[in-house]
Formats: sequence, structure tokens, C-alpha cells
Amino acid sequence: MNDIAALERPAAARVAQELPEHIVEVISDSGEGAQRCGQSLAAIAARSGNGIWTVEIIPAEIQPPARSVAGASGIRIRIGARRVTNGGDQTDLAVAFNEQVLLGRVKAGELKKGATIILESMWRDHADPAIVASYTSTVTALRESAFHVVEAPLEQECRKLVADARKGKNMFVLGMLCSIYSLDLELARAQIALIFGKKESKIIASNVRLMEAGFAWAESNLDFKYRIPAQKITEPQVVVSGNTAIALGVLASGMDICAMYPITPATSASHYLSECFERVGGLVHQAEDEIAACAFAIGASYAGRCAVTITSGPGYSLKQEGIGLAVMAEIPLVVVNVQRGGPSTGQPTKVEQGDLLTSIYGSHGDAPKVVMAVSSIEDCFYSMITARKIAETFNMVVVVLSDASLSTAQQPFPRPAFSEDWLAPPIDQTPVPEGAKPYDWDPLTGMARRFVPGQPGGMHTITGLAHDRMSKVAYDPAINEEGLRARSLKLAALQKTLRTPPVYGGDDGELLLVGWGSTQGVIEEAVDRLRARGKAVSSLHLRFIQPLPSGIKPILQRFARVLTIEGNWSDRLDDELIDADNRRYSALAMMLRSRYLVDVDCWSEARGQPIKPGSVVAAALAKLDQPVATEV
Amino acid sequence: MGSALHHCVIRLHEEHHALEDYQGGVPRWCNGCGDNAILAAVQRLCRDEDLAPERTVFVSGIGCSSRFPHYMRTYGFHGIHGRAFPLAEGVKMARPDLHVFVNTGDGDCCSIGAAHWIHAIRYNMNLTVILHDNHVYGLTKKQASPTSPTGFKSNTTPRGAVLQALNPLTVTLGVQNASFVAQGVDWMPEQLYDIIRRAYRHRGFSFVRIIQRCPEFLPKMFEPWLHDPGRTLVLTHENGLQPSAEVSRIYRNQREHDPMDLDRAREIASAEDPIPVGILYHNPEIPCYEDLRGAGSPRSPERTRAGLEAELDKYTIWPQEDQGKLPQAA
Repeated sequence: MNDIAALERPAAARVAQELPEHIVEVISDSGEGAQRCGQSLAAIAARSGNGIWTVEIIPAEIQPPARSVAGASGIRIRIGARRVTNGGDQTDLAVAFNEQVLLGRVKAGELKKGATIILESMWRDHADPAIVASYTSTVTALRESAFHVVEAPLEQECRKLVADARKGKNMFVLGMLCSIYSLDLELARAQIALIFGKKESKIIASNVRLMEAGFAWAESNLDFKYRIPAQKITEPQVVVSGNTAIALGVLASGMDICAMYPITPATSASHYLSECFERVGGLVHQAEDEIAACAFAIGASYAGRCAVTITSGPGYSLKQEGIGLAVMAEIPLVVVNVQRGGPSTGQPTKVEQGDLLTSIYGSHGDAPKVVMAVSSIEDCFYSMITARKIAETFNMVVVVLSDASLSTAQQPFPRPAFSEDWLAPPIDQTPVPEGAKPYDWDPLTGMARRFVPGQPGGMHTITGLAHDRMSKVAYDPAINEEGLRARSLKLAALQKTLRTPPVYGGDDGELLLVGWGSTQGVIEEAVDRLRARGKAVSSLHLRFIQPLPSGIKPILQRFARVLTIEGNWSDRLDDELIDADNRRYSALAMMLRSRYLVDVDCWSEARGQPIKPGSVVAAALAKLDQPVATEV
Repeated sequence: MGSALHHCVIRLHEEHHALEDYQGGVPRWCNGCGDNAILAAVQRLCRDEDLAPERTVFVSGIGCSSRFPHYMRTYGFHGIHGRAFPLAEGVKMARPDLHVFVNTGDGDCCSIGAAHWIHAIRYNMNLTVILHDNHVYGLTKKQASPTSPTGFKSNTTPRGAVLQALNPLTVTLGVQNASFVAQGVDWMPEQLYDIIRRAYRHRGFSFVRIIQRCPEFLPKMFEPWLHDPGRTLVLTHENGLQPSAEVSRIYRNQREHDPMDLDRAREIASAEDPIPVGILYHNPEIPCYEDLRGAGSPRSPERTRAGLEAELDKYTIWPQEDQGKLPQAA
């Protein structure tokens, strides 16, 4: 039924079916442009007024072997009639450039049962019989598994227009998808002009022709067509990835210097900043290593305005001694950690929330620092402004945790309206009053005014050694505790200014889900689904984890059960050796248990994939089935 | 003419500083430690160059020598082990208007901070760097350092160090963008001062290795050189240093060396006995990283606003009534 002949049904038969949302994937070998195709589709849908969320599927190597399961490179785009906050559960429609890259996604259960698969058909006629066999047996197996497989001659069609069809295929597919989702061709043309804007006009024209050909092919060859209702856009929206939002936030925060060393998945933030930072008087310094990047940022912060260093897990580990120095000498510093799978080199391109405890407790000794976790693309932008402000107000290190999921995900958010309040004040060069001390810790808050080089009368030597209020090296036991107390009190002073986060759902009930970081949209979608089924489930999402805002304990106590949802490891109680005595909880669960003495359970996974709302629903239902723990 | 007058007025009001203005806490170095000689030379330099104490920053790592900033009455940054270079680079990049010095030891620079040392040479930022090379770890109590001589018996090499010593001069001269390399010894204070002053006046990464005595852990190491001035090779040149008659009376082993001659500088650096003293290499033409990167570029709220709005424009979806505004190619 799904053979080529069936596809040659007249276009008139296609009536767009209206859908509330759809999840589409484009999967290819690395370098075939699937991500550019998907990002463009997302941008066009967003411009049409649809909600979108994109998730990139990135292999670890630049040129992994072609036609391999591990080499799959692609993108998932969830298009909705309303705002979309996460990548959703399973894919409804997949476009694959070969059957091997598709297989990995099928085996991982990423495709919905009965999903439509548009598959490049050229492999059926390949010179290598092994490839032909692989292709035909895969198509047969997929059809036997009830997938709706449509074989499409992508390269053959592209070759009618361009010599190197492998390079142009992605734009052909973009056109197909615009037809399938009833998107405006004019927007698609404009999008192509935007993405190839730096290239010659004939390259733009050639890509537009490929896109139009894909559109026309789909119109006359496919028997399905969808329309996802769009909402009228009333406010200007920006569509960027989390890493771009971080870079824009750095620019908007008034920070001058970003020191970094290349590391996945953080680097694209610095790439983007390198493009635009100098135009406003800032600069990105690529240091010789992560330690130097941290030290460079500390030096720059010390001498002027707060600087930022952007990294991922292994780089974050390397910066620990520097972070301790900034804590001890009370130099403001913003450290961005775009988390990836760990420990060690782990899974560089995959998502994990494994660095929470190391962010809070990292560096030796008692090194209090602020830890924030961004929860959306928009939050990536504003968190940088908040982080810079906190760092300079309290002369503290502020760690901002993002992750590999947010780093490449795209979602529209209201265009920020610039405010001068975001910016740092000019560097203070006024004379220091006679007798003023460089660490004149306030007895209540632990805060002290910082003297910056250039201020007459403020000369002193800062040091990572224990020091007194004059910044003199001190080994006196009382002075050591005085410094420790002041540095710790600053966290409490900040904590008093934080608002209690809102509860999503109802104020009390059977189960509270608690999350942090990139999972906010996923957890809240799960709460919506559970409440639609009549379950008294709510959620709480934490942006500040060190310090935790006040008012959290009463919230936890209003629910019969509390479960954290985290993208990291926790021991599973069905393992024979694991019991209540030795179970290692997820990071946030451990924090909440120790701080509030509430029996917080955890559900976590560290599969390197974004957590799905369906998984959270299942975890919540399982937790609801458990009896409520009695007070011990 | 107006500017010349302005210049005069400024100079009339300028404060001049005395040696005491640069003297911080009482040094806690051992009696006879070479660090004291370096401190005296640097304080004299600050006075003679009339450096505003509030615009001068001494950055150090960890070790005996890295206590240096505590003994200056300027701004100071006593950092962490091995990281004085990147800390100082950050200071200089943020504030090219400041005079930035780096004090580092043979362990700090040549061992734990070696990666930063290599790259600091390559960045060629305008920093005056003093390598306090006493050939031993002092603060941690007598371990072999990268510059310890073969056979040196220490707590980590009780049967004698087995490796050859690293030569900081040849290493520095081997790195792309080296722009100023000199060597002094703590027992020749006049030469030491002259070298440090030339280093300060060089715009770029001025690397001065100072061979210094550690009376506690290597008390006799340099006695042969102290007793025999012939084992010191004084480098002279009209573009380098010209020793005084007094120095020349004692140190007769002199050699004319043009500091622009890199090949000859490397050859001199390789010969460790006699110890070369003077300016080995000086190339004022190598650009500084902070200049190449436009450090100190002015920022203003207007500039930030304009830059941010321009970036946001690239990614903005306008309300549908404005859909005439399709995305524009960059």
C-alpha cells in the first residue's frame, strides 16, 4: 500500500488535517544539514505563530562514519498550536536520509507506534548489494512494525536542480515539510535568505529552488497534509538557542570580559559572543586552558567589572581552585557550566544534570557560592543579568547551571526590552576614605565594600590565605572564623531577598514533583496531564538552589508525597544491594532531605536524552501507588 | 602649544613619591634571601619611575617569592600556585591603564605554571615579570625544583636529583613572540636595578630571570661565582646595558651583545657557566595582545543598547500586523 505508485495520488485529494501538535524529526549523516533544515522549519513555524521547541541530536564526532547508527545527526522539532516548553514524548513524523541513522532512533523508542517515516529511497538501487539488502530488509521490518514508510527519491529529485544533491537535500526536505505542515512558502524563502545571508545571492536562489521543488514534490506525491493552528503574535518574540541566549545575556549584563577554553556543549555561547561582543566594547579571551580561563576572568573581575567564564563539566572541575580563590578573596565572578554527561569525558554532547552538588560544594574547604539553574531559554538570558548583579553586590562567585538540552534547544520568548538597570556601574575610581578597611565585614550581612585598583588610598594585597579586615595574612583562630562567618553570612543575606517559588498546579495534594534546571517545561506538562486525569499532583521548580529560598518546607509539607525529577543518577531500590541505608539519592533530593528533614524521594534518569513528559507521568503514577510514608 | 602648556601644568601638580611610599609590611623572608635584594630594586624602580601606588599592581602565585606583593604599598594580588600569569593577564586586559608586575618563582613559573608561562610569552602582554629563581622549593621545605642542579640532595631527591635542570632563558627565547629576556643575580644590585628598569620600560612581556640565593636550603650553591667574578659574563651594548666603571673593575669578563640578535641571545642563554648577566634579547616591535584585542575599549549604556538591539533584530518575530518585516539577510 505504501509503495511508490500509491504516492502518485493527485494533489487534490490532500486535505489538511488539523492537529493540536506534531513532533517531527529530520535525521541524516553528519554534515548533510539536517539540523539546519530543522532549525529553519522551526523558525518558519514560529514566525507563523506556532509554538516550537527544538532538540538537536548530535554525534560526538565531527565526521562519524556515514550510514551508521552512532553517526545519526539530526533534530527534533515539536510544533504546537500553543506555547511548547519541551521536546515531548515520541516522534510522529521522521525524515531520514538513510535507514541506518533512523534505526538508532527506532531502537531507542523515540518514534511513536505507527509514525510516518519518509525515507530516502536511493539506497534501494545502490551498487553495493549489502546496502541494498540492509535498506530493503529495514523497510520491510519497519512496515511489519506498523510504521508508515514513505520512500522518497530525495537525491534524484535534487539532481534535477543541482550537481551536488547531497548538499542540497536538506532544503528540499524543508520544502516538503512546509507542504506537509501547510506553512507559508514566502516565509520559507525569507528564512533561506536569512540563513545564507552571508553567501552569494546565487546560493540563496539555488537553495530557494530546492525548497520549492521539495514543496511541489510533496504537494503532488504525498497523500497526507497537516495544519497546526497558529496563534496571532501580539508581542515581538525572539527565537534563539539557550547558548545564544546566554551570550546575549552576558552582553546585556554589562560584563566586559568572557574567558573560556573550547569545550562541548558550552562553546557555542562563546562563539556567538565572539561575533558580537567587541561591537559593544567587550571581548572573549580564548585561554590556554580552563584553569587559565578562570584565573583570567578572576584577574579581570578584580581589576574592574565582574567577568564571566563559560564551560562544561570537565572544565568546571579544572576551575575549582580558582573558584576557591575568588570565594576567599571575595572577587565577583560568574561561572557558567553547561552540564553534559559525566563523570570524566562522559557524554560530551548529551544532556545530564550531574553537576549540582559539585557546584554547591566544589573547591576545598568551606567555599560558599551562589548556584542558580536556568529553566528555559528565556531564563538563560535573564539569569546572566541576575548573576552579574548578585556577584557584584555580594562579591561572590555565582555558578549558573545550564545543560546540553537547553544549549541547542530553541523556543520563542518575548523580546527583551533593554534596561540600563541591567548594566554594571562604571568602575569605582574614587579615593577610599582614610582608615577604611578592604574587608570591613558587616556584622549582620558579612558584606564588605571592595576596593578596586586605581582607587587612591585603597592599596592592599588580596590573598587566598586567611586574612583579617586589612587583608593581612592572619593565622589567628578567631580571625579565621571571622572570615568564614562573613563569607557564609552573605549567602543568608542573599537568601533573605529571594522570593518563594510558585507552586504549579494546586496548593496541596497527593504528590509534589520538584525539579530544577531544564526540566521545568517537561514537569509542568506532566502535571497538566496528571491533573487532567484527576490526580492531585503539583510541581515546584527551583531556580536558586544555593541558597534555597525561604518558604519551601511548608510547601513540601502540604503534600502527602514529594518526588524530585532529575536528569542524574540515583540508586534504584530494585537493585539487590540497595536499601534505605545505602541508597544514593539524586542531588536535589539529597539537598531537600538534609535541609528540611522531609522524606523526599527521587526519580531520575541519566540516559543522555531529555526527560520526556510521559516518563514523568509514569513516575508520578507509580509514586501515587505507593503508600504514604509514616513518620519515623 | 596648548598641549605643551597643559603638560607643564599637570607636571606642576604631580605628586612625587619617596621610597617609603612603596614599602608595605616588614618582609618575612630569611636573612640573606635574594628576595630582599629584588624588593629593594623594585621599590627603587617605583620611586624613580614615579609610579602611582594606586595604579600599580603586583600579581604573584605561591611560594616564598610570591609573598612579594605583601611587602609593597601598592595594589597586590597574591594568587594561587602557578596561576600568576593568567591572573595578571586578566588584570591587564581589563585595565591596560595599570602598571602590572608579576612575581613568580622557579616552581610557580617553570613547574606548576609552565603551561601559562609558555602562553604568556606568546600573548606578549605589557607585564614586567620577575622570575625569582632560587633553584629550590623553599616554602614547602626543600624539594627539588625544575631548575635544581643535577645531584641536588633534597627531601624528594635524597640521593640527588637525577634530571638536568631546566633553563628558563632558553625556554623563553624558544617561544614565538618572546620580546624581552634578561638575567640578573641578586648579588649584583646595581645591575639588577638597571635590568629591572629596562624591563619595566619595555612595552611587552618583559621576562627577567633573577638567580638568587637561598641561604636556608642551598646556602653554598653560588659561592664559587661570588668568589670568582670571572665566572660572571656581563653583557654590554649601546642598546643594552653599559656597566659602570665600578662594576667593570670587578667584573672584567664582559661581552658585547646586541639584544636584537636572537640567535646569539639563544647561544648565550645556553651557556650556564659563566652566568650571563644583562639583556639577552629585546624586540620592541612585537605587538601586545591587549592592543591587538582592543582592550580598554570604552563601554557605554548606549553602545550596549545598540549592540543588543542589533543582535535581537536578527532573531525577532514581529507581531503579524508587522509581518511585512520579513527577516532580513545579514
